[in-house]
Amino acid sequence: MNLKVNGEDRQTDRQTLNGLLEELGILPERVAVEVNLKIIKKADRDKYQLNEGDIIEIVNFVGGG
Amino acid sequence: MQKDKLVIRGIEFKSRFWIGTGKYRDFDETARVVEASGADVVTVAVRRVNITDRNSPNLLDFIDPKRFKILPNTAGCYNVEDALRYSRLARESGISDMIKLEVIGDEKTLFPDTIGLLKATEILAKEGFIVFPYTNDDPVMAKRLEDAGAAAVMPLGAPIGSGLGIRNPYNIRIILEGAKVPVIVDAGVGTASDAAIAMELGCDAVLINTAVAGAKDPVAMAEAIKYAVWAGRLAYKAGRIPRKLYATATSPLEGML
Repeated sequence: MNLKVNGEDRQTDRQTLNGLLEELGILPERVAVEVNLKIIKKADRDKYQLNEGDIIEIVNFVGGG
Repeated sequence: MQKDKLVIRGIEFKSRFWIGTGKYRDFDETARVVEASGADVVTVAVRRVNITDRNSPNLLDFIDPKRFKILPNTAGCYNVEDALRYSRLARESGISDMIKLEVIGDEKTLFPDTIGLLKATEILAKEGFIVFPYTNDDPVMAKRLEDAGAAAVMPLGAPIGSGLGIRNPYNIRIILEGAKVPVIVDAGVGTASDAAIAMELGCDAVLINTAVAGAKDPVAMAEAIKYAVWAGRLAYKAGRIPRKLYATATSPLEGML
């Protein structure tokens, strides 16, 4: 399945959002995730089914003023 | 000073020096600076996770959210929609309902777009956010933001990163006179004395990043500003003498030869 993750094209066999995070090696507690501009809550990521062409944004906190 | 605590929406703040985490050499320096500052509020930005480098360090490994109050910002947002989007993402992290709301209106000055700021403040306050809007030193806008549900107002002392200090102390005073919510100077502080001036005016806190991060010795500057904020607050509470044009003798005239 083809996705866009943080602005980059990416292929995955994972079916759920948590699966994708795991594949990317991202600690799920530390991030917020948006799929097609909609925030997917932490509790819902496990059952959230990915679809072809989904645009995914994964963000965390960085240094800032 | 221990009893003189700042409380906003039931949250108790140990320090009146709030510190930003941008522009340090690395997270290790960030951690040392935050420690030296005595701050318990640290601001952070919301950005994409680096998905190409799995081993890139995470800020929260260096700034423990259990020890510090994390205040996410919406820096870099130039319209209401983006500011709302970043705010909601920040809250989804589960660390904080506080948001330092920035809706920027101009790239060169980074002055706020106060029309957008007011709209975003209203929406986020209704959604239950504790909103800290970064605004200009306009007493009317400060009032409007307060009415829109801001938990505090954060007028600039001068443009972000400029180090010009408190350019319009009279406006800050007028904001303080009218405000029912705390007033926190955000942006413009260049060195310790600027922070002291903000506090002497009666501000409830100051938020500083560049003055510390850009100093030759950021850890030492963080410590200097910590004392300046204390000194300024104490001086404010002590009550300064009025300014006069002419001298008043300090020593008695009586008993002179």
